[in-house]
Amino acid sequence: MNQVLTPAAGITKGSFGEVRLERVGKIYEKEIERLVALDEFSLTIERGKLTVLMGPSGCGKTVLINMIAGYEQPTSGTITLDGRPVQGPSCDRLVVFQESALFPWMSVYSNVVFGCQVQGIDPAEIRAKAELILRKVGLFEFRDKYPAHLSGGMQRRAELARALINDPKILILDEPFRGLDAMTRELMQEFYVGLFEEFGRTNLFITHEIDEAIFLADKLVIMTYQPGKVKAEIEIDLPRPRDFKMLASSRFMQIRAQTLELLYEESSKAFASGSKAAFDLVGALASSKDSCRIAG
Amino acid sequence: MKTPRGKLLKKVFSARTLRGLSSIVLFVVLWQLVVYLKVPYLQNLPYPEDVASHGLAAAVSTGYWIDWGLSLSRIFIGFIAAQLLGIPLGLAIGISRVFRGFTFPVFEILRPIPPIAWIPLAILFWPTRELSIYFLVFIGAFFIIVINVIQGVSNISVNLKWAAFSLGAKPNDIFWRILLPGSLPSIITGMTVGMGVTWNVLIAAEMIAAQGGLGRTTWEAYTNHNIPYIVVGMVSIGIAGYLCSTLLRWLGEKAMPWKRKF
Repeated sequence: MNQVLTPAAGITKGSFGEVRLERVGKIYEKEIERLVALDEFSLTIERGKLTVLMGPSGCGKTVLINMIAGYEQPTSGTITLDGRPVQGPSCDRLVVFQESALFPWMSVYSNVVFGCQVQGIDPAEIRAKAELILRKVGLFEFRDKYPAHLSGGMQRRAELARALINDPKILILDEPFRGLDAMTRELMQEFYVGLFEEFGRTNLFITHEIDEAIFLADKLVIMTYQPGKVKAEIEIDLPRPRDFKMLASSRFMQIRAQTLELLYEESSKAFASGSKAAFDLVGALASSKDSCRIAG
Repeated sequence: MKTPRGKLLKKVFSARTLRGLSSIVLFVVLWQLVVYLKVPYLQNLPYPEDVASHGLAAAVSTGYWIDWGLSLSRIFIGFIAAQLLGIPLGLAIGISRVFRGFTFPVFEILRPIPPIAWIPLAILFWPTRELSIYFLVFIGAFFIIVINVIQGVSNISVNLKWAAFSLGAKPNDIFWRILLPGSLPSIITGMTVGMGVTWNVLIAAEMIAAQGGLGRTTWEAYTNHNIPYIVVGMVSIGIAGYLCSTLLRWLGEKAMPWKRKF
């Protein structure tokens, strides 16, 4: 299944973009209430790198995605892609959503080719591209199925295919593997990291899972809790290609301990302010701290 | 080795079918018993065989089938008119906030009025009785389909619309490939519920105002004190309603293959 994709196929290696967020602020005002979701948020999502964003629930990660994708406008500051300001949704910046956003009434094939069709690309070219990408994600035999008839992992791969066929300058993934069972999740992580290493596209990946974050990332960005700001940027220097053996390496453990320290601080703040999701996260972190100690 | 015929026999004589059959048999026996024992207030009930013989006599008469035709055509004309007007209206209200602001309040004032309450006005306004009945059937299905379509449109996840926009869809694509198929389940639900209401309204309207039709014949059987024929009429109406909702269910399954279990 691991055939090499030629650039002629249209899924090129090299169409990367760089997204720059400069002093981005987002404030929601509702009558007397005022929520500062993001404040002076600056970050460069580097060309061809996999940037992973972590932070407690409610720190504005989803708002950030919505603004990069062009679904929402920042209240202040600028977002640019390769120097040009971001304006509205575009197939330059594609999102793989937390809950599946496959169109339930379309077959896998129709979902994958939707973008190309509405952009008016030549049908023969669409067919060739679609076959290639469907084979790549291992869904060619399932192309006529509806999303509801696929497993969770297959749905995620179909969604990746639907985005990748459009050759986006940046691919944004919002906790894409949430809700998958542990085994499928690991397989998907490995599949995804392989895909990234092959295509080398600019990726922004949001997650709650610390192991997932470190395993995938070139750069790990930790956000603060309300208002969302960058708390720390950690370069992950684990070598590529990556596989699951690295989860046991001493370098991985070192980075993990460092990251946990930073996250724990922020989650405690969120916890103190009474966020339910933060409560869950602190619980999860506490247990992973223990496991870390045992491993160390 | 199982022949197709063997399979069919097995299906016909499955435990489920037998249970269903025995429930019907039990009902008829109970009915028979009620009439035989002259249970108070129910002593006017005809015997099942009386009803059956009247039913058979009706089935071979043309008048009976003309009544079927009249009722069914009234249902379909009113019902289809309601869909043709109601689905676009519901889509428009669901999609455009401005349009919703202008139309929805009036809609919400008229909606709670039971369709049967429209009977006097309908008879007064429309030049023929037939037109008033079409109108009443229309009212019975109209508000339900509109409200369901509005709900269907607003139930479509914003992520789907966003995803479509990101992939390069124009408003035209969003309408035909996202909003319309996305609200189809609600459209089918609205049709099914509307069909039920429509039969209620039709029978009431026919009893009051129509010439011919299943409701009218049932009423005439009452005025002629032909009790077995009243029951024949009732059973016919039940069957007609059942056939209509079966047709809609079948249409729904055809229109939404993605809802199939496998």
